[in-house]
Amino acid sequence: MTTITSRSTTDRWLSTALYASAAVAALALGAIVLVLTIRTLPFIVDHGAAILTDNWHPRAGGFGMGAMIAASLLVSVLALALSAPVAVLLAAWLRYFAPASLRRPTLALIDLMAGIPSVVYGLWGLLVLVPWVNELAPPGASWLAGSLVLALMILPLALLVTDTAFAQLPENYIRSGEALAISRWGLLRRVLLPQAPPAIVSGVVLQFGRALGETLAVLMVCGNVVQLPGSIFDPVRTLTANIALEIAYAGGSHRVALFVSGLLLMTVTAGLLFLAMQLRGRKHAPA
Amino acid sequence: MHPRDRWFAALGALPWLAVVVPMAMMAAALVSQGHGAISLNFLLEDPSRAGRAGGIASLLLSTAWILAVALAVAVPVGIGCAVYLSEEVLPGSAAEKRLGFVLDLLAATPSVVYGLFGYQFFAITLGFGFSILSGGLALSLMVLPLMIRSAEQALRAVPGSYRQASAALSITRWGWVRRILLPSAAQGIAVGIILSVGRALAETAVLLFTAGYVLRRPDSVFDSGRSLSVHIYDMAMNVPGGTERAAATALVLVTLLILINMVVRGLLRAPASLRQ
Repeated sequence: MTTITSRSTTDRWLSTALYASAAVAALALGAIVLVLTIRTLPFIVDHGAAILTDNWHPRAGGFGMGAMIAASLLVSVLALALSAPVAVLLAAWLRYFAPASLRRPTLALIDLMAGIPSVVYGLWGLLVLVPWVNELAPPGASWLAGSLVLALMILPLALLVTDTAFAQLPENYIRSGEALAISRWGLLRRVLLPQAPPAIVSGVVLQFGRALGETLAVLMVCGNVVQLPGSIFDPVRTLTANIALEIAYAGGSHRVALFVSGLLLMTVTAGLLFLAMQLRGRKHAPA
Repeated sequence: MHPRDRWFAALGALPWLAVVVPMAMMAAALVSQGHGAISLNFLLEDPSRAGRAGGIASLLLSTAWILAVALAVAVPVGIGCAVYLSEEVLPGSAAEKRLGFVLDLLAATPSVVYGLFGYQFFAITLGFGFSILSGGLALSLMVLPLMIRSAEQALRAVPGSYRQASAALSITRWGWVRRILLPSAAQGIAVGIILSVGRALAETAVLLFTAGYVLRRPDSVFDSGRSLSVHIYDMAMNVPGGTERAAATALVLVTLLILINMVVRGLLRAPASLRQ
């Protein structure tokens, strides 16, 4: 790379300013981690593994968030199980089977979906999905409703990641397949899909992180009862919903407990990000 | 076409419907529930009776202020950091990887965590309280990774020959950045700014406990102000009989976001001759 070097004062100022803006980004992360850690460390030391039990009675000193951790995981896992197959199949279909006249508008719609606020997805869930689930099995606001809304929300990015993964496969795989008169379906199943998993799985892992961290939509449709659900029709309260519901009036240890759940969320999403990076990195390693 | 392919081509319509049908239902639900409240006055009047009557004028104002605070921080810092990435560190160097990891982590951090941080740091520690300032600052941190990454992408797309020509003419770095690098990347940077606006408009969880709920028009950035997104949440969940206003506000917000989406598509599609 050619670098432009010069010793003028303005240029030294420029370098400093650029360095400072990069430092702000790094400091932002540092500050978030620091604030969450400082705020919660004494609490974590005091309570230890008790925060993982199923005993959330903050006014009586019960700070076990096990049920909400379980709810976060359950809602996200079901959302992913619903969304990932649809995203992969639809990406493959749009790229290799669908008429071009359908591909472009569908991708435009998906692009738009990625930008729709989670509060609007939540409102849709509240207006349409919850009454519908209520007819199947009351009360309606439930684990299932939350997972359905989340599935729709994470679908756009899961699909775009898969589409990019397919786009990066060598073009001549397809041409060779065509020359051998292999069906497109055979080509997809035997050649393209086996090649794409690192990128697809890495994308799906990231979407799992997004689902865990999602607040508004699940807050609006899950019913927010702190309990271990007996079925997908039972209302649940996720960690994120709990923070949003209680931070406004929580004081003392109760507030700190909410910060603990924030730190937990951040740690888990960072872990998932790391996992996604490892998975993506493996693609470049010699087979 | 191979017979099996015909099967799959037909079967593929199922996942397609699984996406298109819910989105059509969403549009139908918002329009059928919200259209009754939509009128010019809805945009021009302040809300009354906890939002059940009147419009959303004061919320549009609060949203604009929150957005202005967020952009006032995120745009200069974002462009500075992007120029740092493209000019001061070598691609693939340890410094680039470390900063890249920080940005990825910031991008993956759940928005409710930005809310918690903003509540603790801006509202309590710095004493800004529930205010537009607290909300805007927390939001600026949240959109920063998006802003930086899109600006960086635009800067990296500037042809290497420009850099070589400038080096040959021994232009100062400041001259290079200001007169050549930034103008050449202006369109891409604009896309980054607009994407950040869209992300900020869509956000709710960060603002719930930083910018607060107050419905009044804000007098300064130290006042609490309710954004459109928070209004949708509050009307739908906490105000009995608020559904119609929630849907109407959602229609306004989604229309804004569709416009933003169209502007971005237009900018990305514009021919290179129009750039700069």
